[in-house]
Amino acid sequence: MELLIDLVLLAMLALTALRVIFLKDLFAVVMLFSIYSFLSALIFVSLDAVDVAFTEAAVGAGISTVLMLGTLALTGRTEKKNPHSKVLPLLVVLVTGAALIYGTLDMPPFGHPDNPIHEHVAPRYIEESPKEVGLPNMVTSVLASYRGFDTLGETVVVFSAAIGVLTLLRVRRREADQNPESGLRAHLVLQVVAKIIIPMIILFALYVQFHGDFGPGGGFQAGVIAAAAFILYALVFGLPSAFKVVEPKFLRFMAALGVLLYASVGVYSMAMGGNFLDYNYLAENPLHGQHYGIIIIELGVGITVFAVMLSIFYAFGSQAERANIQ
Amino acid sequence: MSFISDYYNYWIVVFLMMTGFYIVISANNLVKKVVGLNIFQTSVFMLYISMGKVSGGTAPIVVEGATQYSNPLPHVLILTAIVVGVATTAVALSLIVRIKDEYGTVEENEFENKDDAI
Repeated sequence: MELLIDLVLLAMLALTALRVIFLKDLFAVVMLFSIYSFLSALIFVSLDAVDVAFTEAAVGAGISTVLMLGTLALTGRTEKKNPHSKVLPLLVVLVTGAALIYGTLDMPPFGHPDNPIHEHVAPRYIEESPKEVGLPNMVTSVLASYRGFDTLGETVVVFSAAIGVLTLLRVRRREADQNPESGLRAHLVLQVVAKIIIPMIILFALYVQFHGDFGPGGGFQAGVIAAAAFILYALVFGLPSAFKVVEPKFLRFMAALGVLLYASVGVYSMAMGGNFLDYNYLAENPLHGQHYGIIIIELGVGITVFAVMLSIFYAFGSQAERANIQ
Repeated sequence: MSFISDYYNYWIVVFLMMTGFYIVISANNLVKKVVGLNIFQTSVFMLYISMGKVSGGTAPIVVEGATQYSNPLPHVLILTAIVVGVATTAVALSLIVRIKDEYGTVEENEFENKDDAI
């Protein structure tokens, strides 16, 4: 049964990707890409990667789609006819694909428990992490404790992406204020529904944030989900109202604060006599220290990801509003 | 049948990778190129997650009665890669918006012609 689901979902994924090649309507391309992300999230669930599925559904199908639609609003929705020949790209792709298929034949069979990947560090994480870190979710243990340094690096990458986007597209507050008609103010039903579901989305984000140690979830997913609640608010009530709720300046402060919170846990554990990000030194009992450390750094990740995603949306949104005024 | 089910996941990954690759090198519109790049990226994620799967295993969250868990390490790497992926996509898209501002087009051949004219 599991095999059948896998076969069907992967085939659907391949068909969705194939269709993107032939479509000239970019709005349809972006929608297909959103479906593609949802399908891959389903496949991740069937491959036991529940945390990854969660992230893909929130990020790939949610935020990416919103950003791409924002870009289309500014750049136009149809692709023009391509003057170049398609023969050479097709040839390159076929040759590369054939080589890769030939390469897969040397790979260990899918799903076999004795595959090399399961023999090196994985048994240690699976057997020792519940005792050493004390969390049922091994993905959180590895992410926030064993490989906490990597995760700090990734949080910094997300932060620098925000700096990049905000340098390229500035949030123009004054001009947005001149356009009170933005958003979907004419749709009463949408406003009522949005007001009902926005608190629930935020509640869910908080649950994902603080329950990530026990079930699927954590700072990355919670940050994206919380940002989605405010993006919904901005879409329905307009950017000027959203700016009044969460100011762009405040978001820039929050994005930096999250990274600072994460790094300061590392510095604090050094001050207590341990290595950078060694949570065992945060409390008398190493197990408690691990718990405090993971809660704080997940909070830092959540705050940064939330602030970065929302400021990127603000940047795209205020560009689009400016284009509408002109 | 077992030969197919042993490699099916990897073959689909190669197919998706090549689809994304084809879109990146053949599309003329920059937004479509970014979609192609994202398809390519997701196919790499799929490759890593497929390798971490253990048949008969369960998600790597400790529960009573579970004897075998899938490998948590690829999950961690890919989870953060997805968030970094959307961040870089956002930078790419904002560059596209700036290109549209400066050149008035996001079709590759058109703004290259304008560059040559200068």
